[in-house]
Amino acid sequence: MYTALFFMLGLGFLCGAMLSIASKVFYVYEDPRIAEVEGFMAAGNCGGCGYTGCSAAAAAVVAGKAPPRVCVAADAEAAANIAAIMGVDPGTAEAILSYNTCTGGNRAADKYFYTSINSCQALATIYGGKRECEVGCLGFGDCVSACIFNALKLGPEGYPVVDDIKCVGCGACERVCPKDIMEIKTMSQRLLHLNQFDDRIAPCQQTCPAEIDIPKYISQIKKGDYEGAVNTIRERNPLLLSCGRVCPHPCEDKCRRGIEDEAVSINQMKRFVADYEMNSGRRFPIPCAPSTGKKVAVVGGGPAGLSCAYFLRRLGHDVTILDAVPMLGGMIRYGIPEYRLPKEVLAWEIQGILDLGIEHKPNLMLGRDFDVESLMKDGYDAVFLGIGAWKDFNLGVEGENLKGCYTGIDFLTNFALWQQGDGAEEQPFVGQKCVVIGGGNTAIDCVRTLVRLGSKEVSIVYRRTLKEMPANMVEIEAAEHEGIQFTFLAAPTRVIGDEEGNATRLEYLKMELGEPDASGRRRPVPIEGSESTIDIDMLITAIGQGPDVFFKDESKLLAEDLNVTRWNTIDSADPVALQSSIPYIFTGGDSATGAALVVSAIGGGRRAARSIHMYITGEEVTPPAKTLFTDNIPVSIFESVEGIEKSARTKMPELPVDERIKSFDEADLVITEEEALYESNRCLQCCLICYNKDVA
Amino acid sequence: MSEMGYFQIIISCIFVNNILLAKFLGNCPFLGTSRKMETAVGMAMAVVFVLVLAGAITWIIYHYFLVPFDLVYLRTIAFILVIAALVQFVELFLKKSIPVLYAGLGIFLPLITTNCAVLGACVINIDEELSFMKSLFASFGFAVGFGLALILFAGVRERITLARVPKPLQDTSIGLVTAGLIALAFFSFNGMV
Ligand SMILES: Cc1cc2nc3c(=O)[nH]c(=O)nc-3n(C[C@H](O)[C@H](O)[C@H](O)COP(=O)(O)OP(=O)(O)OC[C@H]3O[C@@H](n4cnc5c(N)ncnc54)[C@H](O)[C@@H]3O)c2cc1C
Ligand code: SF4
Repeated sequence: MYTALFFMLGLGFLCGAMLSIASKVFYVYEDPRIAEVEGFMAAGNCGGCGYTGCSAAAAAVVAGKAPPRVCVAADAEAAANIAAIMGVDPGTAEAILSYNTCTGGNRAADKYFYTSINSCQALATIYGGKRECEVGCLGFGDCVSACIFNALKLGPEGYPVVDDIKCVGCGACERVCPKDIMEIKTMSQRLLHLNQFDDRIAPCQQTCPAEIDIPKYISQIKKGDYEGAVNTIRERNPLLLSCGRVCPHPCEDKCRRGIEDEAVSINQMKRFVADYEMNSGRRFPIPCAPSTGKKVAVVGGGPAGLSCAYFLRRLGHDVTILDAVPMLGGMIRYGIPEYRLPKEVLAWEIQGILDLGIEHKPNLMLGRDFDVESLMKDGYDAVFLGIGAWKDFNLGVEGENLKGCYTGIDFLTNFALWQQGDGAEEQPFVGQKCVVIGGGNTAIDCVRTLVRLGSKEVSIVYRRTLKEMPANMVEIEAAEHEGIQFTFLAAPTRVIGDEEGNATRLEYLKMELGEPDASGRRRPVPIEGSESTIDIDMLITAIGQGPDVFFKDESKLLAEDLNVTRWNTIDSADPVALQSSIPYIFTGGDSATGAALVVSAIGGGRRAARSIHMYITGEEVTPPAKTLFTDNIPVSIFESVEGIEKSARTKMPELPVDERIKSFDEADLVITEEEALYESNRCLQCCLICYNKDVA
Repeated sequence: MSEMGYFQIIISCIFVNNILLAKFLGNCPFLGTSRKMETAVGMAMAVVFVLVLAGAITWIIYHYFLVPFDLVYLRTIAFILVIAALVQFVELFLKKSIPVLYAGLGIFLPLITTNCAVLGACVINIDEELSFMKSLFASFGFAVGFGLALILFAGVRERITLARVPKPLQDTSIGLVTAGLIALAFFSFNGMV
């Protein structure tokens, strides 16, 4: 009896002593807040948050790795209490939400007929499911039963619909979906997603250089949800007013309806909702992630720079835009003329971007007023170079420096500066017999500007034919209507001047089309002895432009380490990652690709923002494994389309020619609400391979 | 069991005498941590770790303290005390010295303090009169058997959550029915060693 008592006492004492010594020896300091935070969690150790139990989740909250609302089983009050312990606002943390990425559902064609299987998991293991589409939703709602918060239901179309209010982002649906259709993401992750080969996306979205979810915004227009449509566009493109006006819409070339009928007029609908917001008298709110305290310098405030700054700001970084000229916008302010994109509209758009909390430092030129070393000294974590392509190419013919000879960008920017009151006192020279050499947008903008300034005879001289002109087709047509003469297949050989050095005549050789060159366009070859001349008093060469990288030679660092290509574009090893040869310098837009489009610059700005985000948050900068970039997913591009009933495409309203050539008033007008609704109904709401047929 | 070789002991403890499915010990964690594969794996690892240690310590306590002092009747209570202290000690030790392992096993360790599978396995070792080495092997075998059953069961349960189960049978009820079926399947290992 006594032995037993003593034994138990001794054993208890031994264990107690050992544990107290151990707790002294193995003491680890633990933030007392961890215990406090854990106290507010549901204490179920359910693991729904993705951490191994409540204490691990609490530790993550205190370490700042998880948001206060991490506990999936606790209510909003608990989240608020936790946020109070941490001294943060519960609303600032980014919520994770579930998204369904397949909108095919029941309309997708069936391939097999199964009996008595009622779970997606089971179906997926047997021939991958009944649908023709290999990546589409199987429709049995495994995700719906997996969601313990009742945030999912199977919609009438046969695919799951998420209730954002109930969704806590636990990821149960993502884990059970055998087709990876359900994704849980924060806003930041969504903003950074680049099109991939395994995405379920329509041909138009694959083709859009900015990767806008086109069918989604069209369906929102159809429902009258214009604010939703604007927000959808803003997930990919912050310059919707500008793009709605000047974009040559490559998406429409790949529109599925366009295979059998006229393509959907996607861009006019974008302009419609963009104008709707501007005229509504308020700005739709744009959410930003909580501040990260990282600083990025964006050099160049054109579309690429604005887009990069916008996305970085939305990801929570501090951004400063430094630009050489007084106002932001780059080529879309100083190149594209007033009658295509009114400065007032542009200013409204840019103000909305700056209002997110982006700083603009005007009149600072890289290489003249500052350099990359000074930026790094000022504490910036990364630099974006979006300096565009502002240096005109030269013709390389005799006499091109005579009086009356200009280059395209110089002419347009000088005129724009004067028109906005930032340039010379006097209006730049305008001739009466003007010839513009070139076939791109710059050339067309020059001639249409000249017409508006009162030139009597304005013509374009181009080496190839109408078909090969790189300018937007609508622009070429508008120029024709405005009375511009076109001289095709003509290569200038000499500018002839008078005794005072004024240009008086342009000599050119006639050409004929030969074999196609690398770009697929037929190469013009001169016809011997076909020299002809035209009388001129003003000549503008607009035969293309490249980036001006003079700043490279002003700095030892850049001169040695920054690689540029032979076209003077900033070299980035990967066109998707856009990281230059100096790891903290990134590029995008015209300075990475050479003169291109506004949308491409916007896409480039977002891609660069993604890489910069990865760089400054300490991740390795790599493109996603399956990026689509400029490719199309082969199965989604059809030869012919069934079930189409032809319907006319909405015409763009324009100011009458005789009225518009007298002023710089906007020439292209916006479609009406009825027209937008009609046009939205023409859209087939395509997914990868299925779509809504007009006739069954 | 004491005449068996080491390999046979392991096989016997994993399959034939599976602590969960043949002895039906440790049901609480079996049902509690088998809803998700991740937690099941974590729990299984923690049990392997603790059971081997507990097997060794209880063997020493029994043969060097309880038997010489003629206190064999105190076995159960002494074991409970020792195992509880051991688990606490291990938790403290891991937290300081091997934080990575602690992060993985962390929340499962305290749950094991009250796990009857651990106590049961230790008691079986003593009853079977195993030598020290053999009881280590047996503990390891029991623990692996526990892990195996738990992981199998978690896999089945993850699928069950997606199936359409009639209301009255949902969750624990269907869990127990399934456990019974798996136990029947394990029954066929009988007589293997
Ligand atoms: C006349 C014309 C018409 C066009 N029409 C169309 C059209 O209809 N549709 C279409 O899609 N695209 C059109 N484009 C193309 C489009 O404008 C460009 O592709 C787009 O603006 C490129 O954007 P970016 O940001 O890369 O460069 P830019 O817009 O050129 O901006 C570069 C910015 O960097 C600044 N910068 C340059 N060097 C420095 C330096 N050293 N230091 C600091 N800042 C610097 C500049 O001031 C400028 O603000 C047209 C282009 C021109 C010239
Ligand atoms: S029909 Fe609609 S969704 Fe399909 S490609 Fe055209 S615009 Fe895009």
